[in-house]
Amino acid sequence: MRKQLMKGNEAIVKSAILAGCRAFYGYPITPASEITETAALYMPKCGGVFVQAESEVAAINMLYGASAAGVRAMTASSGPGISLMQEGISYMAGAELPCVIADVMRGGPGLGNINSEQGDYNQVVKGGGHGNYHTLVLAPHSVQEMADLTALAFELADRYRNPVFVLADGFVGQMMEPVEFPEQAVAAPTPHWAVTGTAETRSNVINSLHMGADELETHVLELEKKYRLAEQREARAEDWFTDDAEIVLVGYGIVGRILKAVTAEARAAGIKVGLLRPITLYPFPVERFRRLLPRAKLFVVVEMSNGQLLDDVRLALNGARPVEFLSRMGGNVPSHEDVYRFVRERAHALKTAAGAEEERLAHV
Amino acid sequence: MEAKKQDRGLLRIDRDECKGCGLCIEACPPKVIALSEELNHYGYRTAVYAGSGCTGCGICFMACPEPGAITVLRAVVHSAARTALEGSACASN
Amino acid sequence: MSSDTAVEYEVAQGRSKSFYPRFERKDELQHQTHYCPGCGHGVVHKMLARAIDELGIQDRTILVGPVGCSVFTYYYFDLGNVQAAHGRAPAVSTALKRSRPESIVISYQGDGDLSAIGAAEILHAANRGENITVIFVNNAIYSMTGGQAAPTTLLGQKSTTTPEGRSALGEGYPLHESELLATLEAPVYIERVGLGDNKQIAQAARAIRRAVENQVRGLGFSLVEVLSPCPTIWKMQPVEAQHWVRDVMEKTFPLGVLRDRTREAQPRPAPATPPALEEIPRLLGLEHGERLVKDERQVLNLAGNGSALKRTGERARAAEVDLEVRIAGFGGQGVLLLGEVLAEAGLESGLEVSWLPSYGPEMRSGTSNCHVRLASQSIDSPLVSAPGILVAMNEPSLRKFDRTVRPGGWVIYNGEEFPADCVRPDVRVVALPFTKIAHELGDARASNMIMLGVLLEIAGVLPDASVAAALRRLVRNPRWVELDERAMAGGRARYREMFAEVHA
Ligand code: SF4
Ligand SMILES: [Mg+2]
Repeated sequence: MRKQLMKGNEAIVKSAILAGCRAFYGYPITPASEITETAALYMPKCGGVFVQAESEVAAINMLYGASAAGVRAMTASSGPGISLMQEGISYMAGAELPCVIADVMRGGPGLGNINSEQGDYNQVVKGGGHGNYHTLVLAPHSVQEMADLTALAFELADRYRNPVFVLADGFVGQMMEPVEFPEQAVAAPTPHWAVTGTAETRSNVINSLHMGADELETHVLELEKKYRLAEQREARAEDWFTDDAEIVLVGYGIVGRILKAVTAEARAAGIKVGLLRPITLYPFPVERFRRLLPRAKLFVVVEMSNGQLLDDVRLALNGARPVEFLSRMGGNVPSHEDVYRFVRERAHALKTAAGAEEERLAHV
Repeated sequence: MEAKKQDRGLLRIDRDECKGCGLCIEACPPKVIALSEELNHYGYRTAVYAGSGCTGCGICFMACPEPGAITVLRAVVHSAARTALEGSACASN
Repeated sequence: MSSDTAVEYEVAQGRSKSFYPRFERKDELQHQTHYCPGCGHGVVHKMLARAIDELGIQDRTILVGPVGCSVFTYYYFDLGNVQAAHGRAPAVSTALKRSRPESIVISYQGDGDLSAIGAAEILHAANRGENITVIFVNNAIYSMTGGQAAPTTLLGQKSTTTPEGRSALGEGYPLHESELLATLEAPVYIERVGLGDNKQIAQAARAIRRAVENQVRGLGFSLVEVLSPCPTIWKMQPVEAQHWVRDVMEKTFPLGVLRDRTREAQPRPAPATPPALEEIPRLLGLEHGERLVKDERQVLNLAGNGSALKRTGERARAAEVDLEVRIAGFGGQGVLLLGEVLAEAGLESGLEVSWLPSYGPEMRSGTSNCHVRLASQSIDSPLVSAPGILVAMNEPSLRKFDRTVRPGGWVIYNGEEFPADCVRPDVRVVALPFTKIAHELGDARASNMIMLGVLLEIAGVLPDASVAAALRRLVRNPRWVELDERAMAGGRARYREMFAEVHA
């Protein structure tokens, strides 16, 4: 299909519909509203349901209903709205209902502002609702990935019967880039566990209540099995000049794009820099970090939040290498120039340290 | 199960299901339900049918909160000819 | 009865087949519900089950259970069962019904669930006129959590959170949810019934059946509020509690029909057949076919200007396009559209492109700006921090970004006088009163396109046909296309006049 120039927020909806999504429930919030608006335009035309809910609380519970009815369903919101949805997300994880939630992050906490930020990392990646569950989280860094990862999100949601996030930021949602969609739309089959109002599904129950201690523990352990499986199979990351990298930059979403530009410039200047860009934030691509240990001397985490990604990188490295941290918040973006300067300084420091070490060894 | 006086109605009470709330006793217009003296398996005094006088109105059934504690039966009048034809088939009632 | 008749008995009232024969909620007591002796829930369950039996809709029915004493509805009803979060059953039901319009969706809720935490969900489901049935069991208290005050708790009624009794001053008045919902246009049927005596019970059963039947007929939103005894929390004997419903509760919550439009209501039309799968890409506006230029990079590369715009260093190889543009102005000056046409034309020419706007309230009144990149290679970052070309629609926008322009770059400025303190020796400037020129051309709003004309001349990388195609794709009104094309041509001409020596 012909490449079209399109906003990330629009690409999400078109990709979702092509992937068989036939229900959208949303509540307006900048910078995610265009997703809801685009769904309002296309969902009914394509035979799906669109309702603008009275709140994000209602929207996520409508998703619960649509998913219970066996329909691929999605919503979209941003920080404050995602906070309100957390109860419903926990219920959906507990009742093993698939759904896709797009979070186009804005500034926080509180009303924060509508600028692009990455402060929802913890509430999304760490499962901001109550109880023992995870959501799978995909982090696009381009409009093409907004489309591709949305389609993947529906696959994963059904495969694991679990909510899946597409965690984007205001920039990736608002920017336009050429995007290519699959030629064919997919028909999603109705899952066998759904409650559809038919004789065949009459005995099905959608429920997250387990009164007995053993009963609930067994249920949670079953969920855990799914999460272990997802950790083995679904972790994704992009390596960008990491083969011989001594300094490994780490960032996701729009930051990943900036880090690619920085890598290009640093490489041109002869600095051995690479980028490891997590595409799944849960499961976190831990192995991909470990794989870089033989050559990597330093990891630099760049994010538009207060060290939320940093925590996961530290856990992944488990103290094996030093980790440095660069961050801007409130809608400020870590600039190409600032990150490049930082990298150049660190590269210089590493070189000096290596030289001193050589000299020390020479004198032994 | 045959009613001696050929009442219009007949009551069956599942004593294991009854919690003895007494709402059926209150509801019953001809007052033919009472609370048992002895306790059931779960320690409740339960509703018991007096044995006759049920009109088959079914009011006690809806007053009772348990889905299957009370079953109300109603008399069906058959002609002798029909009884002769279907009698054996209906005997299980 | 004469001697030639025989009396036999048939079940007149018995366990509904919409109940499971056994309730697997526990290892034992599988024949009983979990409700306390004399609880109204069981009675309401039986009314609902019977209505479903009578309407022959057991296979079609989906029951949405609440949080509260009736949380276990799925243990009892042999129906499709969905357990919902506290108060959210109407939202869950909305989606079930909309995605499965053939099903019969029943939202079963208590008074804490429906009138407190779920007040918004019930209000909006009712207001949308969802074609669902709501059974609202009101016992004026939070029962499952042990007797806290609900919005429906009566004045003076004691609860664990109103130990001295509810006072209007402290807790407000009992909430009349049904009356409130009856002020809405959409609901078809709302009735309050009670379980206070035989007569009330009979009416309650009729109302519940009607509420379900309305949905079967496709009429719309129906709700039955049932005043229901909770002997345990009320600390009363079951019969006493039943009478309290009739003698006390009913005084606050009068029984009766609050809305009945079942006669006027039109059955909802059957949902339209969804389009065939093959139709979906077209319906999404996704075009088949190719761009004007795809593989051959028919990109012009005018010597001189083009190379000056590239990033220095090894990053940009010769004869490759790497154009970074920042466009800034006030809302309504066509900043974003200018950028879009540029990006679209780049894509049309087979280049990689990106367009990134500033967004939000600033779009409406204040400043607006966007980043555009066009490149032969894939674009790493869509953010343009050091533009090769800055398009400034006014002075504040110029001052915001003029220092960021890369050495050797250009500024296209909308103004006759370029501010002296903004002059840089390493940056070339095209300063013209574009708005005035546009006005003379026919519409001041076309100034962005004149500036685009200048930009295209400076960049010198896009074939005219690509630009024309881009413009047609983005500007649908032919009158505007014509004007915009003239404006662009005007811009190109102005540039050529000013920089004739560059081309010489
Ligand atoms: S506490 Fe009240 S509402 Fe709950 S089961 Fe017992 S009687 Fe019924
Ligand atoms: Mg209550």
